[in-house]
Amino acid sequence: MNKVPGTLKLGLLRGQMEIIQFSRQKEAVVFTIFFPVILLAIFGSVFKDTIAPGVTFSQYFVAGMIASGLVNTGFQNIAINIPIERDMGAIKRLRGTPLPITSYFIGKAISVLVSMAVQVIILLAIGVAFFGLNMPTEPSKWLTFTWLLVLGTASSTALGVAFSSVPKNGRGASAIVSPVVIILQFFSGVFFVFTQLPGWMQQVAAIFPLKWLTQGMRSVFLPDSFAAQEVAKSWEGGRTALILLVWLIVGLFFAVKTFRWENK
Amino acid sequence: MKVIEVKGLTKSYGDFTAVAGIDLAIEAGEIFALLGPNGAGKTTTVEILAGFRAPDSGSVSVLGFDPATKGDAGRSWRNRIGIVLQTASDAGSFKVREIVKHFSAFYANPRDVDQVIEAVGLTAKRDSLVLELSGGQRRRLDVALGIIGNPELLFLDEPTTGFDPEARRAFWSLIRDLKAGGTTILLTTHYLDEAEELADRVAVITAGKIVEVSTPALLGGRSTAKATVSWLGTSGLKSEESDNPTAVVTKLAAQFGGEIPKLVITRPSLEDIYLKMIGGQHE
Repeated sequence: MNKVPGTLKLGLLRGQMEIIQFSRQKEAVVFTIFFPVILLAIFGSVFKDTIAPGVTFSQYFVAGMIASGLVNTGFQNIAINIPIERDMGAIKRLRGTPLPITSYFIGKAISVLVSMAVQVIILLAIGVAFFGLNMPTEPSKWLTFTWLLVLGTASSTALGVAFSSVPKNGRGASAIVSPVVIILQFFSGVFFVFTQLPGWMQQVAAIFPLKWLTQGMRSVFLPDSFAAQEVAKSWEGGRTALILLVWLIVGLFFAVKTFRWENK
Repeated sequence: MKVIEVKGLTKSYGDFTAVAGIDLAIEAGEIFALLGPNGAGKTTTVEILAGFRAPDSGSVSVLGFDPATKGDAGRSWRNRIGIVLQTASDAGSFKVREIVKHFSAFYANPRDVDQVIEAVGLTAKRDSLVLELSGGQRRRLDVALGIIGNPELLFLDEPTTGFDPEARRAFWSLIRDLKAGGTTILLTTHYLDEAEELADRVAVITAGKIVEVSTPALLGGRSTAKATVSWLGTSGLKSEESDNPTAVVTKLAAQFGGEIPKLVITRPSLEDIYLKMIGGQHE
């Protein structure tokens, strides 16, 4: 008998199916891609002044939108969609096949990465065209951007899978997951300048990945001179990578440990 | 060769005993039906055999493996079985051929995608979205996904619930084709005619226990049960139970000197016997 196909190959196929499935839900596609753009338009119009020399609020805000896009697309969508998939019997059906559960997770991560890439391209294009966004030119910044995107996708996906065990069923999932994300966005300096938030908020935010993703994205989109205005007076790239890695491991641990193929 | 061997299987959910000590032995190549009312323990039994649930006690061997086997051995085992569970509503935004092809990629030796779609009668719907399918078509897609891996053993949990009569006929013929191809099939159903039509052997299950295992024709002593001869006598409708209905009819024919008025000879139907076995529980 031939061997069953490899985990990675099946993971790529799962990713392809996840993308097809997502792309056919037209409302979700439009919402996911244009919501950050709409927010950029609103915040860009409301806050017209500069935060620092050469740094507009739009510039600051784009970093936050990309970071929170990772949390929305990875953590939030996955933690809401897995309970719905459970309700529909999709995961139970997969569970009855030789598909490894790891391939299922890989498929989710791939769809998050692809969706993020599309969101980022559109957000940046519109930002440059209409909101005076300055694109970084140094290759090192784009390198930082790439590892942030990959590590952010991985940890956000893993945490989404882990958190998907919290909602009892698909109907209640959104009500449980969304507030967590919204509060985190306010605490992490997505909508406001982080250093202007109360100290306790900053400290709470520093526990979670979104603050570090946001700060990391600022290190890509803001001039290096702005680093002096961060809490630690630097971009803290190394610490950001470490904290995202820790959250990735925590997420993977609970994802594997608590994953259920049907609702209770 | 035994494909499934179960001894002393039990499973409870809290205070509710779903399976209360079941023994089963299913041979290669047969269609075996678990027949019983809702809540009798059919689905729990199948879900244990298919590796979805762990039993509380008892030994289970399916294709020589414990269904709880994990890792690569578990994957190779799943490669040899096909599972059609009770109604699912997933995969709505995929096209029929797309999802069947996707599932074929999970297995080492899958069947041909288009042949499977043809076998379940969905060729005309191959490019339709799953959410556009009717209930019966959806169920046939479930079967397609269950058999795409070319399984040696197929689990079918109440496959035709909600089908119209024509769809059931078509479905039964598909199942017979699978059997002809050498697939062993464990089927649960609460339809008597389905068990009678398809199964080589039937186990009647009620309240988590197997009451009897037999061929449909012999179930409950059906073939040896007394026949009832009834006719219109001079003082109204008469009837007589007998092991030798022919003798009774011959005797009556002599009495009437020819045609016996309103002659009817009946044997207990499978339904009569089944209802007696499950203690008068109804759906």
